[in-house]
Amino acid sequence: MKKFLSLSGPAAALDKINVDTDQIIPKQYLTAITKSGLGKGLFHDFRYDINDNIRKDFVLNQQPWTQAKILISGENFGCGSSREHAPWSLSDFGIRCVIAPSFADIFFNNCGKNGILLISLPNEKVQILMSHAKNPSSCEMTIDLNMQKISYAESEIMEFHLDESLKYRLLNGLDDIEMTLQNSNSIDMFERNQKKSLPWLYNRETSH
Amino acid sequence: MNSNSLRPPRTLFDKIWDSHVVSNNEDGTSLIYIDMHLTHEVTSWTGFETLRDSSRQVRRTDKTLAVPDHSIPTVNQADGIKDPIAREQVEALVKNTQDFNIPYIPLLDARQGIVHVIGPEQGVTQPGCTLVCGDSHTATHGAFGCLAFGIGSSEVGHVLATQTLIQRRPKNMKIEMIGKPGIGISGKDIVLAIIGKIGTAGGTGHVIEYVGPAITDLSMEGRMTLCNMTIEGGARAGLVSPDAKTFDYLKGRDYSPKGDEWDQAVDYWNSLATDPGAKYDKVVTIETTDLVPQVTWGTSPEDVVSIDGNVPDPKAASDEKSRDSIAEALDYMDLKPGQAITDISIDRVFIGSCTNSRIEDMRAAAAVVDGKRVAKGVSAMVVPGSGLVKAQAEEEGLDRIFIEAGFEWREPGCSMCIAMNDDRLDPGQRCASTSNRNFKGRQGRGGRTHLVSPAMAAAAAIKGHFVDVRDFFLG
Ligand code: SF4
Repeated sequence: MKKFLSLSGPAAALDKINVDTDQIIPKQYLTAITKSGLGKGLFHDFRYDINDNIRKDFVLNQQPWTQAKILISGENFGCGSSREHAPWSLSDFGIRCVIAPSFADIFFNNCGKNGILLISLPNEKVQILMSHAKNPSSCEMTIDLNMQKISYAESEIMEFHLDESLKYRLLNGLDDIEMTLQNSNSIDMFERNQKKSLPWLYNRETSH
Repeated sequence: MNSNSLRPPRTLFDKIWDSHVVSNNEDGTSLIYIDMHLTHEVTSWTGFETLRDSSRQVRRTDKTLAVPDHSIPTVNQADGIKDPIAREQVEALVKNTQDFNIPYIPLLDARQGIVHVIGPEQGVTQPGCTLVCGDSHTATHGAFGCLAFGIGSSEVGHVLATQTLIQRRPKNMKIEMIGKPGIGISGKDIVLAIIGKIGTAGGTGHVIEYVGPAITDLSMEGRMTLCNMTIEGGARAGLVSPDAKTFDYLKGRDYSPKGDEWDQAVDYWNSLATDPGAKYDKVVTIETTDLVPQVTWGTSPEDVVSIDGNVPDPKAASDEKSRDSIAEALDYMDLKPGQAITDISIDRVFIGSCTNSRIEDMRAAAAVVDGKRVAKGVSAMVVPGSGLVKAQAEEEGLDRIFIEAGFEWREPGCSMCIAMNDDRLDPGQRCASTSNRNFKGRQGRGGRTHLVSPAMAAAAAIKGHFVDVRDFFLG
């Protein structure tokens, strides 16, 4: 998993509540056999009209937010299905941080597994960031994960909280696989013991 | 006194679980070692992509086996896959297995077939082992006393990289079948009756061990059908204690132990049976003596009734919620309350899927159709579960029996179980199917599925409506 240390760039405002995973990435993208390229489908129905033309009125189709790194949205962001395509499409587009008053559970966990930082803040604070994000001249923000600080509007600072173990995993880019591999001595030892007691599982001579 | 005699009695599940714990974590989960990992084209690509992104290798290529099955055609396989998306998926699997050096059974190989049919056929599925696959019907392999369950896409990547999984220990459940069922009752009827009794959430959080003479009397094929549908009862895995039938089935297969190791393995497998006095968290007993062939009427596998029964009447339901759900199911299925099951006519018959596409299933269906004709207006197909099943059936002349009766004889794959290829129901069509899920739209949008055994499906094909296959035999 990619480490998350700090992130700087335009923040885009998506001023809606209950943005569900179907809106984030619709089902026609689920048959794809790669995660890369999914950014194209991010918020598909907002970004493209029925004839697949770009909708100029949508924030991610406007400068400077075509390069957005941060997304600011309303309550219960990421509700709906468990598809990991949702975090994949955000990250493929270039968005690695979402700030909202609250997030759906499964989406929250899926983001943690994919190096995306989700920041929950009280609604008033989200609204402050939202108003800055709506203005192209004040939408630049910087997230410092280690210090747990958001810098915006040149010199303003806002602090945020998050779970210590999640912070540790994000800072070090550790996913479940990485954590398990830290345990690889135990796996080696398990295999050595099993090979002694059940050798046939290791001496397979097959025609494959 | 040795340490063994101090240990409390354990179940088959306890023994397999305990022998696969690599470490226990503080949060109550355990790291479990996985002895075998089966993969197919639909759920594996993310796992390989994860490896690529992080420049990792597959930890045990010798414990991984890949085969395409879900989205492939079942006619003219030699001409390749026409659907571009399906083709791309299978090509990705080929490339991934080459890049990561994983054994692969190609589409045109004689051993190719549905992942849960080929695992046991190749001897990959063994007693006392842990086996996973990115597919919920991995429960099938429990027929060998193998702890086998389906996993998600992220977990596929975890197993490829580490040969382990992070799991919470499930609970133990025993389903005890009392008495022996009569002639003409198959593993499918038994498992449908079980799901009808415990419900689709009855096994949630548990691993089920099936016991009783009705279970030990089943062939390995019948046990696979039983364990396959365990997932439809909400449990992640089902188990049958390994015995002489299990060992006979495995002897001489490609992945099976050879020479001295065979004897060593059999000794070990014999030690796995549940100890007398071992505790289960939940016990259910089911009487099987009077079991009658089963047919589903609704849109959930628990919506099941005996062939001599009737479609339920929503008015008779105990509460409003079940009244509404029965009414909704009947509406989708276009059935009338109280209608006799034998009055339901069908348009299509599908004999196949990882539930019922093995040689015994082919034989049971062929015995019913031998010398008869598929009813007018019914279109019927048989899709063997693997190239080896197909070859064996052809050697026994079963293909001729089916073809002469008017069935289509197809090439192996998942086919109309999931309808990811061209094999699907048209809207409104009604199908007698040997598969495992009768969900709305599962076999094609607007299609209506009735789950039955292979013999019952064959009998319905001949009569054009559901009949008790036992009467059918008696003329
Ligand atoms: S036959 Fe059906 S249930 Fe079995 S693996 Fe294929 S799609 Fe899944």
